[in-house]
Amino acid sequence: MTSTTIGRKRGRIAPEFRRPAIIGGAAVAAAWLIVVLTVSWWAPYKPLESVGRRLDSPSWSHWLGTDALSRDVFTRVLYGARQTLPISVAVIVCAVTIGSIVGSIAGYVGGWLDTVLMRIVDVTVAFPPIFLAMAVAAALGPGLRNAFIAMVIVWWPIYARLLRGQVLSIKHRDHIQAAVSIGAKPSRILRKHVIPLSFTPALINATLDLGQVVILTATLSFLGLGAKPPSPEWGAMITDGAKYFYQWWVAVAPGLAILTIGLALNFLGDGLRDAFDVRARR
Amino acid sequence: MMPFLLLGIVTIAFGISRLIPANPLASIVGERQLNNEVVVDAAKARWGLNGSIPEQYVKYLKNMSNGDLGTSFRTRQSVVTDLRERLPATLELGVGALLIGGIGGVALGAIAASRKDRAIDHGARLFSLLGSSLPVFWIGLVFLSILYARLGWFPGPGRLPPRTLPPPRFTGFYSVDALIDGDFSLFKECLKRLAMPCFVLGWAYMGSISRLVRAAMLDELHADYVRTARAKGLKERTVLRAHVLRNAWLPTLTILGFSFAQLLTASVLTETIFQWNGIGSYAVQAAQTLDYPAVAGVSLFGGLAFLLANLVTDVLYAVADPKIRLS
Amino acid sequence: MSEPKGEPLLEVRGLDVRFHVSGGSVHAVRGLDLSVHRGEVAAVVGESGSGKSATMLAALGLLDPNASVQGSVRFDGVEMIGAPGSVLRGVRGGRIGMIFQDPMTSLNPVLTIGRQIAEAVITHQKVSPKQAEAKAVELLETVTMPDAKNRVRAFPHELSGGMRQRVMIAMALANDPDILIADEPTTALDVTIQAQILQVLRTLQVERGLTIVLITHDLGVVAGLADTVHVMYAGTVVEAGPVVDVFHRANHPYTAGLLASLPRLDRPERELVPIGGMPPSLRNEPAGCAFAPRCRHAVESCTVHAPKLQSVGALRVACDVLPFGTQDGR
Repeated sequence: MTSTTIGRKRGRIAPEFRRPAIIGGAAVAAAWLIVVLTVSWWAPYKPLESVGRRLDSPSWSHWLGTDALSRDVFTRVLYGARQTLPISVAVIVCAVTIGSIVGSIAGYVGGWLDTVLMRIVDVTVAFPPIFLAMAVAAALGPGLRNAFIAMVIVWWPIYARLLRGQVLSIKHRDHIQAAVSIGAKPSRILRKHVIPLSFTPALINATLDLGQVVILTATLSFLGLGAKPPSPEWGAMITDGAKYFYQWWVAVAPGLAILTIGLALNFLGDGLRDAFDVRARR
Repeated sequence: MMPFLLLGIVTIAFGISRLIPANPLASIVGERQLNNEVVVDAAKARWGLNGSIPEQYVKYLKNMSNGDLGTSFRTRQSVVTDLRERLPATLELGVGALLIGGIGGVALGAIAASRKDRAIDHGARLFSLLGSSLPVFWIGLVFLSILYARLGWFPGPGRLPPRTLPPPRFTGFYSVDALIDGDFSLFKECLKRLAMPCFVLGWAYMGSISRLVRAAMLDELHADYVRTARAKGLKERTVLRAHVLRNAWLPTLTILGFSFAQLLTASVLTETIFQWNGIGSYAVQAAQTLDYPAVAGVSLFGGLAFLLANLVTDVLYAVADPKIRLS
Repeated sequence: MSEPKGEPLLEVRGLDVRFHVSGGSVHAVRGLDLSVHRGEVAAVVGESGSGKSATMLAALGLLDPNASVQGSVRFDGVEMIGAPGSVLRGVRGGRIGMIFQDPMTSLNPVLTIGRQIAEAVITHQKVSPKQAEAKAVELLETVTMPDAKNRVRAFPHELSGGMRQRVMIAMALANDPDILIADEPTTALDVTIQAQILQVLRTLQVERGLTIVLITHDLGVVAGLADTVHVMYAGTVVEAGPVVDVFHRANHPYTAGLLASLPRLDRPERELVPIGGMPPSLRNEPAGCAFAPRCRHAVESCTVHAPKLQSVGALRVACDVLPFGTQDGR
């Protein structure tokens, strides 16, 4: 499979990127980003303060009602983004970084180093991810930071494999051989040639994975292994809401938040994949 | 390869369980007794916690090769017994989910491909997208709160109605056992209770399958043999079913193993929400109570199941594709 | 080779096929006239892109949905263009059998050949699956497939190219059709296998009086099998007539050029004589005669007025610069 570079066109965005999927997905993701950055300036209430009545259904003063501790659900959902999203992004960034480094070294250098590294990757991947995440998170104790570590451990092997595969297929291309023949050092070759070319599939994968990580973060919190109360993390909010079947808004609202970001990232990722497919075929 | 992977999994599981900063002895002997050396030593000996870490590791491996995975701190039973008791529940869910997801997915994908770009195609794609964007536990909750709490169409969480005894055990699958026992009302009740969790579990799977089948069918529709089939005078529906689908569903086998991992993941949550006494909820309880023999045992089980699923996938693919079968 | 007689079994009048692709349409078949009589072996000859396959596919309604078809194709008096699906499906595989160029991709890889042949039988005849399978074995023996009884359970990839093409022929003959349309049946095969397949077709024609429409670009195949030949260029027939006459007294400059470009053993020339230029793009249609830009005999009116088929002795030729009488294809 060919890989392509990310176009560095100055100014206009290339036509194949102007699809509704990419634009829509990016817009929603950007909207959430803005929420994360600015919510404290414009949120109607504070996430931890009790206002109004308990378990109030949605109304004009409380758009998504209140929860069992009389906190405004809408505000908590917005603040929840500050819990879930930065962690998820951090997980992906770290996983991609670690995985790419390990994978590209393994692929490029080959030999016993490759074998050893890949065995580690294989074992980690053979471990069902949820069990691994749960086990590590449990071992380290509750808290978002430990959940972060657990998720990075679960996710980096995927990128290691991905990058290794890419590097293997690029390694034998002519311009790489040319660079080797003029005596360029492996680290320079990796940095300037191999990695830029391998990056596109990783980028696409990362976008799609981000949605999965958001869900996993919420899952761990839901199980009590991630964020602790009274944090407005979405998964933790759903745990609270699970006790109140009839006050549906408490649990449904954070779920909808997860849904919107999940859908947006899925669309964005699929759209990117199609766009790069078009480029590769040109 | 496989034994090595299993060893790796066991090692990781063991390693994780030794990372625990909290002292597991606290939950075993109680906080107050932690200073009582005699009690603590006895507990350590009993639970295999004495000796250095490498010694414990070796002992663990030896026990494991004898089929002993230790004793759960929480249930005080052997982990193997725990797993064996709970396996049928998870299998019942898993099989149901695979059936719903697999058959539903193939049908949905085939329909979407044959009516490409029309309303039902977009509907099907949205349906599968939702399946992979929604967190399973949330869907489960929403279904419960709407279909059970509000509409009363389905019974609430749990394998059995409250204050009902399980049927005599033949397979461990309550639904099947009820049928064998001749208790039709219990059989129907069990099926109703299986419906929601299996659907929730199977939804994501259905999404992946239908996308694959749709793409594969669209590819195959341009093949020459399709033209030949039409030239023989076959109805379009027959062409789709007997020729295109026959070739298109092969790629779905390739994701069977991978989907199994997803199913395992989702089953953890589904079992928790629907109060299903299977291995998934056992894993959650083990993690929450730092019951590390159980954690290690469940991890090993999960790894094994995953490897097995991959093996089965390879075999199925070889059987289904005549080109591979005969070589 | 028998003499054709009676009303045409297959009559094409003014057939017009356009493919709608991104950026416009391709006019693949332009006002084509063609007749095939019962018992005749009619060859349709032309280079790639001349529209020969599209013509036959259009007759059976097997073109992609992006094609628009106009004109008339009458099979045994029944109009095929625009006919309802049930009529077309009855004819396909039943009264008209069709075989295609690449037997490897034209057979379903996951079904046994016996299954695929039996399917052709069951679609048109009320027989049990067992009877259909027996018929499949019988058909394989007719097309000289060695060890037919066991081969019937084989998968396509287990057979050689020649055997696969035999399977295609067997499938096409399953319901004793009136016409067999063979679209480049030997192009994908080795030369020695080509001869075998042609022999099979020849035997069928002699023993059953089968009408065959042979689409090919290989003039040697035409010479070996066909009674009449229709030469196509740029989507239309430029010359038609008995093979002997066309080959020896080719009138149309294109036909003449084709024959002249064949390497011949009995006249060792040092150079091959190609026809200069390229076939026109059918996106932007040429006005007038499509061959004019490459024709030595072209005059002003050729680029304005498209010639229609006119009778010249036993031949029909689409050229307005007649007669200029050629001998031996030069």
